[in-house]
Amino acid sequence: MTAIADHPAPSSAGPAGTDLLPSGDPWQLIDPAGRPTAYIARDTAGDAGSLPPGSTLAELYRRMVIGRRFDAQATALTKQGRLAVYPSSHGQDACQVGAALALREQDWLFPTYRDSVAIVTRGVDPVEVLSLLRGQWHCGYDPHQHRVAPQCTPLATNTLHAVGLAHAARLKGEDTVALVLLGDGATSEGDTHEALNFAAVWKAPVVFLLQNNGYAISVPLAKQTAAPSLAHKGIGYGIGGELIDGNDAAAVYTTVRAAVDRAARGDGPTLIEALTYRMEAHTNADDATRYRDRDEVTAWLGRDPLTRLEAYLRATGELDDAGAGRLQAEAEAFAAALRERMNADAPVDPADLFAHVYAEPTAALIEQRRSLFGELREAAEEMP
Amino acid sequence: MTTTLDSVSSTAVTMAGALNTALADALAADRRVVVFGEDVGTLGGVFRVTDGLAERFGEDRVFDTPLAEAGIVGTAIGMAMNGLRPVVEMQFDAFAYPAFEQVTSHLAKLHNRTRGAVSLPIVVRIPYGGGIGGVEHHCDSSEVYYTHTPGLRVVTPASPADAYRLLRQSIDCPDPVIFLEPKRRYWSREAAELTSAGPAIDQATVVRPGTGVTLISYGGTVATALEAAAAAAEEGWDAEVIDLRSLSPVDDQTLIRSVRRTGRAVVIHEAAGFCGYGAEIAARLTERCFHYLQAPILRVTGFDIPYPPPMLEGHHLPSTDRILDAIARLQWDDEPDQRWLSPGGARA
Repeated sequence: MTAIADHPAPSSAGPAGTDLLPSGDPWQLIDPAGRPTAYIARDTAGDAGSLPPGSTLAELYRRMVIGRRFDAQATALTKQGRLAVYPSSHGQDACQVGAALALREQDWLFPTYRDSVAIVTRGVDPVEVLSLLRGQWHCGYDPHQHRVAPQCTPLATNTLHAVGLAHAARLKGEDTVALVLLGDGATSEGDTHEALNFAAVWKAPVVFLLQNNGYAISVPLAKQTAAPSLAHKGIGYGIGGELIDGNDAAAVYTTVRAAVDRAARGDGPTLIEALTYRMEAHTNADDATRYRDRDEVTAWLGRDPLTRLEAYLRATGELDDAGAGRLQAEAEAFAAALRERMNADAPVDPADLFAHVYAEPTAALIEQRRSLFGELREAAEEMP
Repeated sequence: MTTTLDSVSSTAVTMAGALNTALADALAADRRVVVFGEDVGTLGGVFRVTDGLAERFGEDRVFDTPLAEAGIVGTAIGMAMNGLRPVVEMQFDAFAYPAFEQVTSHLAKLHNRTRGAVSLPIVVRIPYGGGIGGVEHHCDSSEVYYTHTPGLRVVTPASPADAYRLLRQSIDCPDPVIFLEPKRRYWSREAAELTSAGPAIDQATVVRPGTGVTLISYGGTVATALEAAAAAAEEGWDAEVIDLRSLSPVDDQTLIRSVRRTGRAVVIHEAAGFCGYGAEIAARLTERCFHYLQAPILRVTGFDIPYPPPMLEGHHLPSTDRILDAIARLQWDDEPDQRWLSPGGARA
């Protein structure tokens, strides 16, 4: 046998990179019945993964209750014609809230259109969050204020923005991590591949949280990939992949938090696949009964993220009827305030059409604005 | 804004050299400027435009990326969101197409989407056009894909001195800029002072004054238009030549002033004529100068074909002869033009 001198000998510890593979079963801290699971230590990256303190779990629960109420209110506003469209994240509450709360103040969130609850949890004004779906303006909030990028509609394109922002932070010597949210469908897009590869090559401080809800609108995962799991894709890039129960807020929170810490330490990116389920249709305009069995939906009802954490908190004494009542009241007040503000007509200004295309409007845009304003003046004068 | 740190070249400099100096001066003037793309580091770019920059400024400021154009533009967007001023290179015109979604859906729109809260001061450098004997996918004139996208600035230099000026201006610009470099002029030489002073980023320049007809061009065909103007002078036609420099926004005022004076205009570019940049110029000038025109505005462009192989590209590229023919057709004496309604629909 001839040795190939240029190639390193295979490790005796097994095929190279096996430590990057996800666990066989999704990692879980609290089971669907609300019981703490036997898993208390992580395998892949060597980070401790025990249950967060009771106060953190209580906060995760509180934010999920508010988030779900927000989601229901947004769906109702769509039915009333106040929103053009709303993609619900009901069922993915643990991912939404766990991810947002795991971020530090200085970190950035790169959400998609289905991640309104994560953005609200991050602290952005819910009316500003709904600006896009209300049809008022494409992005209603200042991304720099809460370090939340605009909600991304072209799938997977935001993964590259997150990698770039994270890499710039490293170049500038800043302690900033970028967390990007994507779904199972987005993993088929080329930009996801490029982002994972750039992130790994640059060792960028970025975390990919992949909410695998089983469907890209109507197309099931089996038609999207032949990979054993989406977390397995990490190894091809040299990125550690983690497979977790995405309906377990404790597991989402601790896993994202550990990945953020790892990225901040300079140990590079992590790909987290969170198994979850979208309980509603893709949007209000979609009919999910055309592609999902009722039995399947019912089965996922039994794995509800809120029910499970509530059961755990009641069992440990962190939550009682009075506390649950206060929480419901808080969520109702949140929804009522949102409803009231959303029922007011949204102010829009035609001048905005021309003001921000460039840093300064071009001569042609100034002329077009003048023309539109002329039309509007004439229309106003013709009004009885 | 950065301080101007101009370089003076006493000897003749090539366009590639002037671009290299512009990048070096921008990197020296502003810590936020980073330069990256495929082969731009160690190799110095396939056209050597980034030659020596990685060595001089270090791998944190000038670096090679994985071979993925959407990745290059997409990460540049994230970097700009975090305060950097990326200057990225697409290796060739047609190899920039994988980045198209990032360019059109994000680079062009993010400032508008966020009502100005997020600026993307990014320059995407793209060597473009033919005339270098390049095989397929290396010679596209892709300018209108970008000019048709609001939110982008699109500029292209025609000379070494202006290449330096426009690139410095583009890097200082708060808007995203598609910077199209005419490959066939990379090795053209000019003895000139390299300075960012002079016409602003959105101004066209009259590169040859004249009174009888306005030749309007940009990038690689400005030199062709100047040659044609020199030849036309021998036939008694006094042609003015305008170098547009900025394709978006376009400097209407310089065009209007010239064409109202000359009453005749020819637009010249390499790209296909159908829905090409010349169509926009002809329409704008017709709208703005109709009563001053002595003849319809003509276009001399590439044929409506995929870019031809090297041994046939000479037939495709606008030539001085074709420009002279167009000028001749503008000198008409009120005879109706019989050309366009023939059953075969043959071209002129």
